[in-house]
Amino acid sequence: MIEHLNTVCYRFKSVENSWTLPVYLEHGGYAVWKEIVKTAPDPKDLIEVIKRSGLRGRGGAGFPTGLKWSFMDRNAPGPKYLICNSDEGEPGTFKDRQILTTNPHQLIEGMLIASYVMGLDVGYNFLRGEFALPFQRCESALAEARAAGLVGASILGSKLNIEIHNILGAGSYIVGEETAMIEALEGKRAYPRYKPPFPAVHGLYGQPTTVNNTETLASVPMILAQGADWFSGLGTEKSGGTKMFSVSGHVNNPGVFEIPLGTSFESLLALAGGLQEGRSCLVVIPGGTSMRVVPGAEMLTSEMSYEGMEAVGSAIGSGGLIVMDDRTDIAQALAVMMEFYQHESCGQCTPCREGSGWVSALTARLAQGLGKPGDIDRLYAIAKQIEGRTICAFGEAISWPVTSFIQHFRPQLEVGIASNESSENCT
Amino acid sequence: MAQLSDQTCKIIDAWRAKFPKDQSRSAVLMALRTVQDELGHLSDESLHAVADYLDMPVAQVSEVVSFYSMYRRTPQGKHTLAICNSLSCHLCQAQSLLDHLKTRLGIEPGQTTADGQFTLKVTECLAACAGAPALLLDDQHYHESMTIESLDALIDTLSSSQGADND
Repeated sequence: MIEHLNTVCYRFKSVENSWTLPVYLEHGGYAVWKEIVKTAPDPKDLIEVIKRSGLRGRGGAGFPTGLKWSFMDRNAPGPKYLICNSDEGEPGTFKDRQILTTNPHQLIEGMLIASYVMGLDVGYNFLRGEFALPFQRCESALAEARAAGLVGASILGSKLNIEIHNILGAGSYIVGEETAMIEALEGKRAYPRYKPPFPAVHGLYGQPTTVNNTETLASVPMILAQGADWFSGLGTEKSGGTKMFSVSGHVNNPGVFEIPLGTSFESLLALAGGLQEGRSCLVVIPGGTSMRVVPGAEMLTSEMSYEGMEAVGSAIGSGGLIVMDDRTDIAQALAVMMEFYQHESCGQCTPCREGSGWVSALTARLAQGLGKPGDIDRLYAIAKQIEGRTICAFGEAISWPVTSFIQHFRPQLEVGIASNESSENCT
Repeated sequence: MAQLSDQTCKIIDAWRAKFPKDQSRSAVLMALRTVQDELGHLSDESLHAVADYLDMPVAQVSEVVSFYSMYRRTPQGKHTLAICNSLSCHLCQAQSLLDHLKTRLGIEPGQTTADGQFTLKVTECLAACAGAPALLLDDQHYHESMTIESLDALIDTLSSSQGADND
């Protein structure tokens, strides 16, 4: 039994009508926000609380949230923006959809607090285009909050003005990259921008902008309500708090589980109903398909924390955990993943645009048993040449699964090399 | 040049109001979606009309349309069935659902049935992996943990409601 299961962002999992204002208020919702509006605390103190809590970006990069917030110059001239990244699309990840659907008010409260702390005027919650129900829930929650005077002009009769809007995308994985999202909000193709300049200096419409993930922002009200020590104490020394893990693949009870960081993978697997009888855990992707894969045996002795996943050469990423049992065709799985990356490469950088196609073609022929001698080395070389040579992290997202699969499962991939191919054809 | 309907203009104006006054280009993604929802797809005329309405070059509208996957430049079936084939769904037999649909509808992904009822698609991760294999109906309705049986039932229901519409 895991203590503190589903206690932060997913605390309303089983509460009826949890997305409505009356229910959220009944559970202490907006108490932190009302207190902030009333007492106008020093934003620096609130940033300190977030820093001490150990909260890190839950979208994938794991950047310390308090530190990110401290980069914003609240006295910079002109409007400043907050963007909530609800473009959940990393394969294997489905936790933000739960927040948007079951707990939109906590996200709105988190966006309001973040805006207050950084002196931001407008917040955009950018949801992926397919999220019709989550969007509907967010829109109705926003209307309720607005009617209650919690959002908009002169909030609760104060001089505070913070506007929030929900926005829908139009189908694109790369929109989830923060600068690509800014481009999309400006009505353009979602091409990631070079950094620097960072969004905190030059973001939406060239104005200072902070982009945070949905889960990150939705965690904030609970941290301020219960204290930094409470939150950080739930996790480990280096990984404060809880994290939502989306568990899917070959498990009996797939779903979202919000667990204290540092919980063992074995316990998480048990929550997800374990594997089918008689099966063993062959390989796990711990944080969305853009992260390095980890052999099942190594995962079974690991803990789900930033340092725990680093120790096995991977990362927590988005918390999208895909379990594959011993029936899995490794070459096929890799080919399916690489088809995704080829489809979603935005085409801006040559190594990614061309490389994703080559990698996809090579993995597809290995999966069909039509590989040529030398294909594995070729695949590895191409993947390595994409890594670090692109504007955004998409290059790594192609490279890491490929190189880690080769590192751990080379013999299984070699099965895909056609036996009648002589090495002279290796060109 | 084609005109946008009053209803579409009203919806676009609501989206435009979410952005700063001098940034109407920001509303282009949703303006296109609104027109597509009304007319079924985005014709050249629609692209011009949107460009005109938002006071932006049609080339800028066009490059947005060709980038995002939810826009459709040609007429589609009355219903779009999109099967997710990302890793989690793949591990849960999404391919067999796709094969079944191909056989039952007699079309390949990207095609529409001759009666104009269904368009078949393969889509990337829908963030519904706990309900793998997942299907997205008409760009917005999630159908999860699909089986051949539930898939058949869904198609039967959609087919019969089409009949009812014609009555």
